[in-house]
Amino acid sequence: MLGYTIRRIGAALFVLWAISVLVFLIFFATPGVDPAARIAGRNADPATLEQVRRSFGFDAPITTQYLKMMNHLFLERDLTSFVNRGSRVVPQITDALPATLSLVIGAAVIWMAVGIAMGTAAAAWRGKAADPVITLLGILGVSMPVYWLGEVINLFTQSRMHETVFRWVPPLGYVAPTENPWQWFLHLIFPWLSLAVLYAGIYARLLRGELIGALREDYVRTARAKGISERRILVRHALRCSLIPVVSLFGLDFGALVGGAGLLTEVVFGIPGIGHLTYNALQNLDLPVIMGTVMYAAFFVVLANAAVDLFYARLDPRVRHV
Amino acid sequence: MISSKNGPWRTAGRQLIRNRPAMISAAAFLIILLACLAAPLYAHHVAHVDPLASNIAGTTVVDGRTADLLQQSTDGLGLGVTPLGPTWDPGHYLLGADNQGRDVAARLLYGGRNSLYIGLASAFVCCLLAAVLGIVAGYFGGWIDAVLARLFDVVWAFPVYLLAICLSVVLVSGGLHIGPLHLNAGSLLLPILIIAVIYVPYVARPLRGQVMALRERDFIQASIGSGAGDWRIMRREVLPNVLPTLIVFLPMMTALNMLTESALSFLSVGVQSPDASWGTIINDGLGLLYTRPVVTVAPGLLIALTAVALNVLGDGVRDALDPNARLRGGA
Repeated sequence: MLGYTIRRIGAALFVLWAISVLVFLIFFATPGVDPAARIAGRNADPATLEQVRRSFGFDAPITTQYLKMMNHLFLERDLTSFVNRGSRVVPQITDALPATLSLVIGAAVIWMAVGIAMGTAAAAWRGKAADPVITLLGILGVSMPVYWLGEVINLFTQSRMHETVFRWVPPLGYVAPTENPWQWFLHLIFPWLSLAVLYAGIYARLLRGELIGALREDYVRTARAKGISERRILVRHALRCSLIPVVSLFGLDFGALVGGAGLLTEVVFGIPGIGHLTYNALQNLDLPVIMGTVMYAAFFVVLANAAVDLFYARLDPRVRHV
Repeated sequence: MISSKNGPWRTAGRQLIRNRPAMISAAAFLIILLACLAAPLYAHHVAHVDPLASNIAGTTVVDGRTADLLQQSTDGLGLGVTPLGPTWDPGHYLLGADNQGRDVAARLLYGGRNSLYIGLASAFVCCLLAAVLGIVAGYFGGWIDAVLARLFDVVWAFPVYLLAICLSVVLVSGGLHIGPLHLNAGSLLLPILIIAVIYVPYVARPLRGQVMALRERDFIQASIGSGAGDWRIMRREVLPNVLPTLIVFLPMMTALNMLTESALSFLSVGVQSPDASWGTIINDGLGLLYTRPVVTVAPGLLIALTAVALNVLGDGVRDALDPNARLRGGA
């Protein structure tokens, strides 16, 4: 396990480094693009441009530029926005993190619970009426634009049916759980649901396939021969093994969502998280903020993947020796 | 193999035709595609509007009376304007106007052209790139594979929307200029290329695995033994064997890419004004959500409908050709 852990962490560090190089190259070395003008924002004056050139070392060799950039981002953490003059990027990201985590963790709890329940039900009743319904839900989940679903939910909860059924729904926005836990919950319930709808169907379909495969395995036949009830076999034997790929996908999705893939949901529901920060930066082409959020996002994704792989290796010893 | 009477393609084709949900989906997709292709016919001969030019002072006829396209708002203080709502009359702003007085129905059709074009084209480019890279990596192995596989890992670990946003934000404002290649900032080729590139690992990774397994099979070893060149083997022996998987990926990637395009356009880094796509129309409708929800709801429904059709069709193609193929997430 120790050898595997070291190798896995090494791989994660490599991927992080490679992503940082990739982001750097996209922003600083795209042919035909003047990076200083980009970083300074729209219609910047010559003095600002000069300041940007000095701060990022644009007359220096490209490796020095890369090191300067990483220094601004991770060591000094003094990357500053030139559009919103003087605002530091890294503190903005750490301030936005709790809102994003609130959104993603809540949604993840819902989609994992619903996805596992639906997937198990579909496998238990495969070929019956519930099965195609779950398949259809899975397809709907991957076919709806998430921001559009959020807009339609808002249309009903904030406007059309706000006076009747949804009187209890607070206006769009976010309240910190430390301030008022009940309001925090009320503000987030629809964002959670709209995000969870997308994932629950995918997870249910994945789990259904895995479970049906597992039910054909020898160890299930052994369990049946011992006279264990079909329900106990499904839940205690088959489900345990089938959850492994689900957990691995969960790592990818959770990391990506914390890293900003929840961007569209945050924008639509007015949640001031990392995604919202990226969105605002996009509206006025505030490149330092975009670079900052992307690098931190990549960090979360790689971290979550490594954590999941290590967890996976603990669950399934075969993985360690690949 | 293709011409034999009960060849695998023929068997698969017959199975697909018997698959009713897949056939209904294919028909639905074709209808949407044809409707969007007919956008100029609708705009010029039925609605008589220019869907790209703003028409703030324009009027139309509703129930025999002249009506302003942008009406004085009646909400709150009565400030600002509200565009005309749906008239349900194809000749006169069927679905109403947007906040620039443009015909929503005509824009939906024109936007659909761009959405479908970007979705289809980027799916083709993506599968083509992935086929080349996946086959080369899996066939040659060694350091070529090591480099390519690491590259796939890096792009795979990158949240797709963020990678697309990075590329778009750099390219969409200035265009792309590499040597003799010049792409203008508004060119639809930019979103096509960006979306194609970010999804390459989704297709290339499973292909690479397949090719690695094929490489050990007797018929490939026999070709190598009989002295066939690498490129010939890849083209004549490997490619036909991974082609079913590529075909399975096409409809699903088209749906995924269309959704990605709409998200990027919604974030204003996809299709650029005055061009429209379903994503930009949803974005246009944001400020009108509570007063004229049709501007937001209609394009979203069209995206969802098209994507469901493509995904159901994709499921059918997969069942017929390659039951083990999986997109990320097993969907």
